[in-house]
Amino acid sequence: MNNILEEKILEVKNLKTYFYTDGGVVKAVDGVNFDLKMGETLGIVGETGSGKSITALTILGLIPIPPGRIESGEIIFEGQDLLKYKISNLKHFRGNKISMIFQDPMTSLNPVFTIGYQIIESILAHQNVTKKQAYAQALELLDMVGISDRKKRMKSYPHEFSGGMRQRAMIAMAIANSPSILIADEPTTALDVTIQAQILELLDTLKKKTNSSVILITHDLGVIAKYAERVMVMYAGKPVEFASVDDIFYKPLHPYTLGLIGSISKLNEEKKERLKPIKGAPPSLIDLPKGCTFASRCKFAVKKCKENFPPAIEEETGHFTACFRAKEFMDGSLSRD
Amino acid sequence: MFYYILKRILQIIPVVIGITILLFVLMYVIPEDPARLILEKGATPQALQNLREKMGIDKPVYVQYWRYVKQLSKGDLGTSYRYRRSVNSILAEHYPNSIKLAFVAIIIETIIGLLAGIISAVRKYSFLDVLVTVSTTILVCIPVYWLGMLLQIGFGLKLGWLPMSGMGDGSIRFYILPAITLASVSTAFVARITRSTMLDVMSNDYIRTAYAKGLSNNSVIYKHGLKNALIPVVTYIGIDLGTLMGGAILTETIFAWPGVGRTIYLAILQRDAPVVIGGTIVLVLIFVFMNLFVDIIYAILDPRIRLEGGGNINV
Amino acid sequence: MYPFKDDKNKIQNDSNINEIIDESILLEAEIEKKYSKSSLYKDAWKRLVRNKLAMVGLAIVILMAVIAIFSPFIAPYNPIDRIKEASQKGPSLQHWFGTDILGRDIFSRVLYGTRISMLVGVVAVAISLAIGLFLGALSGFFGGVSDAVIMRIADIFFAFPYILGAIVIMTVLGPGVLNVFIAIGILGWASVARLFRSSILSIKEKEYIEAARALGASNSRIIIKHIFPNSFAPIIVYSTMNVGTAIIVEAALSFLGLGVQPPTPSWGKMLSESLGYINTSPWMMFFPGIAILITCLGFVLLGDGLRDAFDPRLKR
Repeated sequence: MNNILEEKILEVKNLKTYFYTDGGVVKAVDGVNFDLKMGETLGIVGETGSGKSITALTILGLIPIPPGRIESGEIIFEGQDLLKYKISNLKHFRGNKISMIFQDPMTSLNPVFTIGYQIIESILAHQNVTKKQAYAQALELLDMVGISDRKKRMKSYPHEFSGGMRQRAMIAMAIANSPSILIADEPTTALDVTIQAQILELLDTLKKKTNSSVILITHDLGVIAKYAERVMVMYAGKPVEFASVDDIFYKPLHPYTLGLIGSISKLNEEKKERLKPIKGAPPSLIDLPKGCTFASRCKFAVKKCKENFPPAIEEETGHFTACFRAKEFMDGSLSRD
Repeated sequence: MFYYILKRILQIIPVVIGITILLFVLMYVIPEDPARLILEKGATPQALQNLREKMGIDKPVYVQYWRYVKQLSKGDLGTSYRYRRSVNSILAEHYPNSIKLAFVAIIIETIIGLLAGIISAVRKYSFLDVLVTVSTTILVCIPVYWLGMLLQIGFGLKLGWLPMSGMGDGSIRFYILPAITLASVSTAFVARITRSTMLDVMSNDYIRTAYAKGLSNNSVIYKHGLKNALIPVVTYIGIDLGTLMGGAILTETIFAWPGVGRTIYLAILQRDAPVVIGGTIVLVLIFVFMNLFVDIIYAILDPRIRLEGGGNINV
Repeated sequence: MYPFKDDKNKIQNDSNINEIIDESILLEAEIEKKYSKSSLYKDAWKRLVRNKLAMVGLAIVILMAVIAIFSPFIAPYNPIDRIKEASQKGPSLQHWFGTDILGRDIFSRVLYGTRISMLVGVVAVAISLAIGLFLGALSGFFGGVSDAVIMRIADIFFAFPYILGAIVIMTVLGPGVLNVFIAIGILGWASVARLFRSSILSIKEKEYIEAARALGASNSRIIIKHIFPNSFAPIIVYSTMNVGTAIIVEAALSFLGLGVQPPTPSWGKMLSESLGYINTSPWMMFFPGIAILITCLGFVLLGDGLRDAFDPRLKR
């Protein structure tokens, strides 16, 4: 774990992305802070609607405006604040220095263009090469992502590919310009379990080969445990815990993280414990409760939890938690059960 | 693909048979004696009877129908009661005029409709979008013949720029007003369909992917968006071409355009059954084959269908 | 999926039989609540009221209905009275829309014309609905031979150009209001049938119908209680717009001399009467045309609004 260069490649500060709908203001991302180091894989974990995907889309400026609006924050990449760029100028970063892989490869590829065309298009958008050179590069990319029979596959349309193959093609497109950051937004959710592992392995291999950083968004803690070096846990638009993967699993300091870990099955455990789902449902993002957003579902909640949202505090080096009772977990005066 | 086309052609047959039966029965019901239409007013009852027997119109309707089908299978549409000419030659004279007019109208609706639709989708909620939405709604509701009359008054009578009616020497000046009139409603539909499919397409995941790749706004809208949005628009335009070629009865009447729509209309008024039935059969055939043609174009535009060999693309 | 697959399961399940019964009652209640028409239609109404254009459409429709009913009280003149000294007069304080060639007051005639247009629109669409819903239900719910036959007949109607069809039917039946109802009504059934059939097919596949069937609801009960309310939305939208189309077709038929016969005032007929005089008396053709346009616009705007209200996803 120590081979990570300590240089920050991306820093997100106090990011807030709201959506203005008929029903009210949806605070999808509400004060997100994190940084990404060179060559690391950062996991962002949370339930559906926790704001993890919106965070990623905001980084690339892919939020539809309106109804979306970026209320505040900074996204520092290579020393520049991406939020200060005009949307039309962000295209120089998108797919070039920062690229993204989406959740559903079925709908994320354009059905009326061939796979080859869509990969070549990515190359030509950012590199000053001829079509012929781009074609050669595309063939190479298909090889890298493990697609055989390449020349034929270049001419295929997305619907002729299986789900796993499509996601491989998406990855080929994403790495076409050797990005320094690769954002993978639930890259395997829509795929079969057996294919999931293959795709994740592929991502990991490619990351190591190209020395890029990866933001891996998922709701699957197992995936996080295997591939991420650091983890941000999000709940209702806010980060609640941010730490190294070991700390998250062995020393979780936020009741929500505890709950998440409690709700996954551990196959290797001797004693078959009943899985403990987190009771209740996440709050509506339109009218969030006044205090901690998790308080209503939290068995450790005390009075002040319902009054103020706890600030994120660095309880130990590199381990941030937004919970009033984190200190008690730390010193053992409060049992995690 | 081949079997698909074959299947579609086979599907046409019952439709055509159904239409001939329907028309035959309807025209048979009209209490008008074709023999009286053909012979002079003062014809003797004996002469009338002779003619009826010769034409076979004293026979029951199914016997007549069978006769007609046999004749039709040879490509003969019969003889007009009024003009004593073969229906084939009457249609051959008038159809080209209708088809020419239809093509001019299709060009107008494609260019104006597509442009208006794209502009209003790309500039959603802008003044132009509202303008397009309001004017297309109005256009849908304008009676075509009334629009024709307004155009005649404006450009023909008051300004004197364009001829008011007829085909004249067949120069393009004579086409402009009737073509605009004929295209009016369809233009509105093309614009509306383009707008709504464009907006629909632009909310797809692959559009987000295209932006995420770093493509320019124009490239995303006009390449990734438009190519997908065009599929239903082309479908509509193709079907509409079939409809327009099949007789613009109202437009042709208002502009005294010597086309097939007006010919059939006059034949209905004159109870000239062979012209009505023959004209309608040709018209329906054109319509159905245009639909088939559109489905093939559709399959070419949309690779998902092309390779599946078409399954459920009944529009 | 198959709870009674083997005996062991069966025994287990038997002990839970009370639970299953409870669940089925709950499920029934759930279905009623979730898919009951009241919430769907209430929500749609709320969205409709917020849509300004749709409200304009509704206002026009109501206005036209009021004019149609009360035209004898509103109209300043008898629409068929000829005022000898006032033939072909332009719009004035006495005759707001001018007079026609026979000296009849065009304003009064336009007001009275509302009656025919609204009547034809509503009655013809009602006829289309009656035929279309019946055949569509037959086709969609029972499938098989009846489906195939009905849909092929529908194909024939689709391949037939609308105006041409109306003209042929009118020629056979002869002119007159009643026959206009029939002609337009008959021509419109195929679209209704197709629409109803496809919504039945799509809804039939949905789980709550499966659930209702599993609970032993009969076919007719399923049709009336579950399918009807849910497939009505697209048909309401289509029919509203179709009233506009029917009004235009009626005007076209009367314009061609096949529809409503004089002296009954009809907008289409008024337009054809103006044909020889568009140079000398343009007001004769102007006002009836505007009347057709506005009435049709009312129904189309309302239909557009209804579509957005029923399907908020389509709302832009």
